[in-house]
Amino acid sequence: MGLSSRKAIYIPFPQAVPSAYTLDMENCLGNNPIACGKCQDVCEQDAIDYDDQDELIVREVGAVVVAIGLDVYDPTEMDEYGYTRFENVITSMEFERLICAGGPTDGHFVRPSDVTRPKRIGFIQCVGSRNPAIGRPYCSNICCMNTIKDTLLLADHYPDTGNVVSYQDIRAFGKSFEDMFQRSKEMGVRYVRGLPGDIEEDPETGNLIITVENTTSGKLERHELDMVVLSVGVIPPKDLKKISGLLTLSKTSDGFFMESHPKLKPVDAPTKGVYFAGFCESPKDIKESVCQSGAAASKVGALLNAGEIHIEAITSVIDPDLCTECGICAGLCPYSAIVWEKGQKAEVIEAACAGCGCCGAACKFGAITMRHFTDDQLVAQVQAVLEHEPDEKVFVFACNWCSYAGGDMAGISRLEYPASNRVIRTMCSARVSEEMVLEAFRAGAPVVLVSGCHYADCHYINANRQTVVRVQRLWNKLEKAGVRPERLQLEWISAAEGQKFAKVMKEMEVLRATVTPEEIAHAREALKPKPKKEKVKKEAKAESVTS
Amino acid sequence: MVANASNGDELRIGVFVCDCGLNIAGAVDTADVTEYAKTLQDVVCAVQNKYTCADPGQNEIKDAIKLHNLNRVVVASCTPRQHEPTFRQCVHEAGLNPYLMEMANLREHCSWVHPNDWDGATSKAKDLVASAVARARFLQSQEEMAVPVTQRALVIGGGIAGIEAALQLAEQGHKVTLVEKTATIGGIMAQLDKTYPTMDCSI
Ligand code: SF4
Ligand code: SF4
Ligand code: SF4
Repeated sequence: MGLSSRKAIYIPFPQAVPSAYTLDMENCLGNNPIACGKCQDVCEQDAIDYDDQDELIVREVGAVVVAIGLDVYDPTEMDEYGYTRFENVITSMEFERLICAGGPTDGHFVRPSDVTRPKRIGFIQCVGSRNPAIGRPYCSNICCMNTIKDTLLLADHYPDTGNVVSYQDIRAFGKSFEDMFQRSKEMGVRYVRGLPGDIEEDPETGNLIITVENTTSGKLERHELDMVVLSVGVIPPKDLKKISGLLTLSKTSDGFFMESHPKLKPVDAPTKGVYFAGFCESPKDIKESVCQSGAAASKVGALLNAGEIHIEAITSVIDPDLCTECGICAGLCPYSAIVWEKGQKAEVIEAACAGCGCCGAACKFGAITMRHFTDDQLVAQVQAVLEHEPDEKVFVFACNWCSYAGGDMAGISRLEYPASNRVIRTMCSARVSEEMVLEAFRAGAPVVLVSGCHYADCHYINANRQTVVRVQRLWNKLEKAGVRPERLQLEWISAAEGQKFAKVMKEMEVLRATVTPEEIAHAREALKPKPKKEKVKKEAKAESVTS
Repeated sequence: MVANASNGDELRIGVFVCDCGLNIAGAVDTADVTEYAKTLQDVVCAVQNKYTCADPGQNEIKDAIKLHNLNRVVVASCTPRQHEPTFRQCVHEAGLNPYLMEMANLREHCSWVHPNDWDGATSKAKDLVASAVARARFLQSQEEMAVPVTQRALVIGGGIAGIEAALQLAEQGHKVTLVEKTATIGGIMAQLDKTYPTMDCSI
């Protein structure tokens, strides 16, 4: 944190586990013994190997617990608090090091500017939390209690300090938390409801001045302080994106991982066999993290003890009699689950197939059947929905993982939108074939929406790229047929985006109202299949092959 | 499209429309939806339930499967993302293949989002039921493939949450691999001096 200096070989902190020295390879002069090599000379156990390289270890596992924690908010961007300008403005994490007996000052609590003990300390809450202006609207959960704890520590070590806490709301809802809060107040800590607009420094003394409107009394308060501690919030860890990509996870609007269900499956990831523990799912304290870890461990235990899992029977099946050996499907499968070589029929490896249906929508020869999401089933749904008064309906294809779940989220959040939409669920938006969309227009749909996961969040690696390819092809087709291409819409809605789902449905209804009966009638005609022509062609081809 | 959707057997579909207390029935005319379901092709019975997922509701499905010799079941209730496993299990217990059950989402996708549009929500609910019935006509039995689970867990992150999960798994007798990107475990918690509410040392 830059509070003290350390050598290029060090134990990270006194109680570190493992309690071993580690080399800071950026600062070590390296394995050139002429340059240095001192530590190797003095180590009697020969434990130092400058050439030790990172090693790749491969482990096969049956379940994963994601517990990648959090990052601490860096208040540099909130320049009004002068974190980078004033020496005596520190963060709550730095406070921990300063008050710690094993810290850089051996637990002597001093302020950075003149190494004297500060007697008037201000704490500013919600730095980086509950602040939509900087894109961090959520409560970090732990900072109120952490500050209360800090004030108690100070009162205990240095009864003569006077502390001021400037806050929006004190959230002390856990077991015995309110007691701590009351104790802190009894010990003379002043709680001022309101946050200062900025912090000023007296350049002579290094003291800090804050002016706060106390919203409880309605009065403006001015405090001169020796030190200010910014009670910094917590943010999703940097690595979240990487892990998210590796395990196809999604995140909620606050940037933390999204669980399967906010109430009923709080530790399950949407990906089977993956569970969350701790902060990376949402801000929580130690006790809650320990609870969630226990829940995750018990879920993993149940899975491992079961010994086997059943794969949902939604995989793809190729009919060798219909397969023309074109190989298109094999090239599209995100899981390389289709084996094909030139001059051979394509074959699905069932255990590798995730059931996205991308191949099923792509095969032009009807050779691929998606078990449980067959063409027949989906087309029957299209026709059933549009049988009566189709002109009043917006037809929606939604993928199971994101946009359909986004619709569920809109429901859970009770967000109202027009009742004109009719949603059909497929596992992935890539399951939606051109034929299905055309079928909806033929049945009289004024507007068709294809919706899926955000581009980078596809639950089938990148199958939704095929969705884009197909929709683009359809736009061209519609244009050629004289059908307004806007009548086919493409939207990405994540499972957490209930609001976006509702908004999109409103927009679709507005669009629907613009489509005239003449347009609908024209599309019905213009998009009619030309089965006879095709058949004749095919038969002709077959004949020419056999003759 | 093939006229006989079920490979030759006679189709016998049962539809179960759920009130979910007032969650659905408060915004959708479920009685009307139930009557409408009876008019759909191959539907031989349609029943309105107060809570389909509760035991009495599930028993009604099971009894109807036996009484009417149903071979397809449509449950018009909440999102399949919540109760599909429940109702698959339910029809399975009554002797049907779990994949012969289909759901229509009358709650998350209908009653909860159209609370002030009784007619609109009711006609949407009818369409959703019609869609599910149309799909059910083409449903086929499926067998799930069983895959062995590798007997080891991976815990990513060696902070308090990761350590705790790994220890608990080890206590249960499972092999665990804990990965941590830094040189020591303990994460952010280890950087704290004292922790609330016990005011004791973090390590
Ligand atoms: S796309 Fe269809 S025809 Fe082409 S190889 Fe695959 S299954 Fe066979
Ligand atoms: S494209 Fe999708 S459905 Fe087809 S084989 Fe690959 S994973 Fe399975
Ligand atoms: S089945 Fe779903 S909709 Fe019906 S009572 Fe249960 S939770 Fe409510």
